[in-house]
Amino acid sequence: MTSLPSTTTGVALGLAIDLDSCVGCHACAVACKEWNSGGHAAPLTDLDPYGAAPNGVWFNRIHSYEAGEGGDGLTVHFPRSCLHCAEPACVTVCPTGASYKRGEDGIVLVDESMCIGCKLCSWACPYGAREFDQAEGVMKKCTLCVDRIYNENLPEAERIPACVSVCPTKSRHFGDFNDPDSSVSRLTAGRGGYDLMPEMGYRPTNKYLPPRRQAPVAGALPPVEAEPAPASGFLRWLDRILSR
Amino acid sequence: MADEIRTTTCYMCACRCGVRVHLKDGRIRYIDGNPAHPVNRGVICGKGAAGIMKQESPAKLAKPLLRTGPRGSNEFREIEWDEALALAADWLGQVRRTDPKRLAFFTGRDQSQALTGWWAEQFGTPNYAAHGGFCSVNMAAAGLYTIGGSFWEFGEADFERTKLFVMFGVAEDHGSNPIKLGLARLKANGARFVSVNPVRTGYSAIADQWIGLRPGTDGLFIGALIGELLRADRIDFEFLARYTNAPWLVIDAPGTADHGLFARNAEGRPLLWDGVRNEVVDAHVAGTSPRLAGDVVLDDGRRARPAFALMAERFLASEYLPEAAAAACGIAPDVIRGLAAEMARVAFEETITLDVPWTDWAGRRHDKMVGRPVSFHAMRGISAHSNGFHTCRALHVLQMVLGTIDCPGGFRYKPPFPKPVPPPPRPGGRVGEVRPGEKLAGGPPLGFVQGPADLLVDAAGTPLRIDKAYSWEAPIAAHGLMHHVIRNAWAADPYPIEVLFLFMANMSWNSAMNIGETLQMLTDRDPESGEYRIPKIIYADAFASEMVAYADLVLPDTTYLERHDSISLLDRPISDPDGPADSIRRPVLPLDRDVRPFQTVLLDLGVRLGLPGLVRDDGSALYPGGFPDYMVNHQRRPGIGMLAGWRGPNGDQHGVGAPNPAQLEAYIANGCFWHQKFPESARFFKHANRDYLEIAARMGYIATPDPVIMQIYAEPLQRFRLAAEGFGPVQPPDAERERIRRFFDPLPIWYAPLEGEALSPDDYPMAAITQRPMIMYHAWDSQNAWQRQILGENRLYLARSTGERLGIAEDDWIWVESHKGRIKGQVRLMEGCNPETLWTWNAVGKRAGAWGLDPAAPEARRGVLLNHLISDLLPDGRRGNCDPVTGQAAWYDLRVRIRRCEADEAGVSAPQYPALKPLPHAKPRPGILSYGAWFRRRRENA
Repeated sequence: MTSLPSTTTGVALGLAIDLDSCVGCHACAVACKEWNSGGHAAPLTDLDPYGAAPNGVWFNRIHSYEAGEGGDGLTVHFPRSCLHCAEPACVTVCPTGASYKRGEDGIVLVDESMCIGCKLCSWACPYGAREFDQAEGVMKKCTLCVDRIYNENLPEAERIPACVSVCPTKSRHFGDFNDPDSSVSRLTAGRGGYDLMPEMGYRPTNKYLPPRRQAPVAGALPPVEAEPAPASGFLRWLDRILSR
Repeated sequence: MADEIRTTTCYMCACRCGVRVHLKDGRIRYIDGNPAHPVNRGVICGKGAAGIMKQESPAKLAKPLLRTGPRGSNEFREIEWDEALALAADWLGQVRRTDPKRLAFFTGRDQSQALTGWWAEQFGTPNYAAHGGFCSVNMAAAGLYTIGGSFWEFGEADFERTKLFVMFGVAEDHGSNPIKLGLARLKANGARFVSVNPVRTGYSAIADQWIGLRPGTDGLFIGALIGELLRADRIDFEFLARYTNAPWLVIDAPGTADHGLFARNAEGRPLLWDGVRNEVVDAHVAGTSPRLAGDVVLDDGRRARPAFALMAERFLASEYLPEAAAAACGIAPDVIRGLAAEMARVAFEETITLDVPWTDWAGRRHDKMVGRPVSFHAMRGISAHSNGFHTCRALHVLQMVLGTIDCPGGFRYKPPFPKPVPPPPRPGGRVGEVRPGEKLAGGPPLGFVQGPADLLVDAAGTPLRIDKAYSWEAPIAAHGLMHHVIRNAWAADPYPIEVLFLFMANMSWNSAMNIGETLQMLTDRDPESGEYRIPKIIYADAFASEMVAYADLVLPDTTYLERHDSISLLDRPISDPDGPADSIRRPVLPLDRDVRPFQTVLLDLGVRLGLPGLVRDDGSALYPGGFPDYMVNHQRRPGIGMLAGWRGPNGDQHGVGAPNPAQLEAYIANGCFWHQKFPESARFFKHANRDYLEIAARMGYIATPDPVIMQIYAEPLQRFRLAAEGFGPVQPPDAERERIRRFFDPLPIWYAPLEGEALSPDDYPMAAITQRPMIMYHAWDSQNAWQRQILGENRLYLARSTGERLGIAEDDWIWVESHKGRIKGQVRLMEGCNPETLWTWNAVGKRAGAWGLDPAAPEARRGVLLNHLISDLLPDGRRGNCDPVTGQAAWYDLRVRIRRCEADEAGVSAPQYPALKPLPHAKPRPGILSYGAWFRRRRENA
């Protein structure tokens, strides 16, 4: 079994995902697929791509749920990817050391050269964030775009995960959750960001920001005149002199 | 990392975002958004990022095809371009020499109308349109006949400043990334977002309030809001008096030829009643004191009333009271009252003031810009109903009543809008204007009618266009009626055609109403001659769509990464409210097969046909370099061409200037777009802002710097109504009179959608509509390996309460029946759905064998299309299933009943058509796609 890093910098890179503004457009999912198809874990193989059962590797998938009943309920679009847990069972179950958590930034990665494709990690992950590449026989997963965020060939503003850079509703935020002053920490504190399935004890780094809804406005406009007949309105308007 | 980044413009939908294509050794490493681009400001959507897979698709056409089997068999032989173009030129040349209107040239969701419309005009046929007639022409036409603009390309909410944003209907279509960016601003600013839509998905999911009304009742809902505002005097009277025709006097003389028209002075200028001078004066003069109510006696003794009073009378009527309207809309009356109160509160108590001085059209200086931060957006959802034109007009009237047009926090026009109401060009093709061998006389094929005299009908009232646009059946058909072309051509009604030339329009499948009959009409032969009733069909597309199978000659197009395009201000602009913009596409990948850019092919055909504007006196090509040559060197008017940026011999003129041979290089150096911001003083109140109007006149957007007066009262409609009552020289056929009288109301009206009106609610108790999936909209790229994994099949969605009432459970298979046909699909139950509405995602179902997919693909086996249910005709079998004002296809009027399938019927959607055979060149489908493996190998071997 694989150990977690014995020394860490404390840096905990991850994502704050805002369920209040996610419209389920899949921009993040496809941008992730696109970047990573040629990136660190390339390829993200697609089986039967034009056939009866197309099935590919995706590090980020979007699900839609409803909560509550009828018109008072909510429709929630929920992007799901690796949460880069502080206590990742996917790492500790790995029999070869292929799955590992980095001490320097907390990112959970797979060293494909050591992966034997046993899939223990995907059984251990309660979030379903692991993706097995059947064609290659190895496990793959979200790298938090490790090949972007430190990439000095990219302009500094673009050294963020692909999913964050493309999000048209600005629902994805990247940063260090260990730093209380980081934008993701402040967002999480201010918005009541929460852990997914905290009862599992894996202490996910990624946080979800809950939907907010302003209550519908009650009340009504008071009519100027008690009598709603059109003629009365026209009389009061007749005396209104305007300027053009 | 990429070794080269090439900017261009996306074409995975109609949004036209700026993209950067990152290439490594000539292969696409990835595509992302251009941070500098005004449309998408660096973001890219799921479709845009999937552009790589469009390029990889095995469904790409590879060579011109000539039909060898019967139509629909998909049997072709590959031919060379010389043969293909010679054949097309032969067919088209014979038509042009004899009777140019026997060419029907219709284009789909393309973005090259500035070329295709001009080409049709040079050819001489009036039978041209793009797909607007079955898309959102109600929205566009209602806007252009009301405020001189509309949503999307015409204008948008001031997302930065608005505090209350109300979205009507399906909106995940036009303006994809700009709206998503706008919704993000709303959320960041804490603005309130209200969504009015029978279905709570997509954008509606993040709304603060979801109002799930019945499809087709939006107009009633809007009218009720206007009524509430009127009763409470929560009206921007000053806005109405200054910027709209609310004070213009309408003649009240029933039974006479001028009833309902504006009272005008000897110079033809409309009049208003000045309350200070107490006399009737020229309505166009500044400094008057208009009255909005009361009766006035004109000099000639006739009575007249301000248009405002007539409008108020309409919306104060009992049918627009909250209780009555709410019952028809299927919502609670308090929803209407609460929203009206909130609109009024935000508009009048939370005004926004910008300390920006500006000068109005009359030269009066204003030291501030004051805005009412309530804004709206609507598109197909309210447009694609038979009452859509009036509903869209009602929405614009609501905007005017609140004073929220082109002000801070409200709706903002995008240049070249606003235009005069309605815009000036009238459609060409009246009697005598179509002549053998000549250019179309009288104007371009598409334009705006002002009254019956502008219709394209003969003396007997018979339509002159094959789609019957601008006839008494669809007088304000601003975008043509593509959905009627195939039936009318098949029926030779009003006349037979010889060549049907379609570009990028899947008219045998998801762009057809009534697919089954459409396929019969495409393949029907005259029993005597044995010839097809539609004799020749030329089709241009880049992919093996369902329509390819029904063409006689297929002209294969390039992908958007392989060609030049211009996204022109002459066409469908990408400007933003702060200033004009346009852009180009340019090839970022070399061609790897024998296809040609359609626009270059069209120019080539034009040269072969000797069309004016395309050949020199000696017959040689005026633009031998193809479309990029035309983009740079063609001038529509002196100094105005396809692209507005970097004109003039030195490339330092913008908007107007002589052609610049280095123009495309200048675009490429700037990321393939041009964007110019107006001075701050010209960015709001454009309809009445002198700085803006002078710029607009100089740039050629408007002829003269006169203010644009918004029209709450639409006089052109009254002219049609008067004709229906027997006045005027151009008279409708008697059969049309009642319809014209009923629907050509100069003020917005609401009526129940016409299909439902013709059917018993007991027989067809439910509405059926589609929603637009953000991952597919306007691409419908089922051949795209990534997009289809996200949405490869579509369920039929019902409210959970409805399912329980009907004994239909999750995952059941059901039959959905309309008066036209039936489909079968699998159910999903949900909470956020109007209980009387069934819906599904649009255009997911594909015909087996099309688009390069395995015939067993889920798109074919489990995908469904509502198109099979939607008739192109009303249940009477005679009239079009259309808006009677514009002819807009009424997709969303569909009425259905549902029932559970028998157990042995479950598992496969219906109808199922025979699988299309593979095309001659079809490549084998890869069993595994490992895109990107090459980059890793190269990296690891480096």
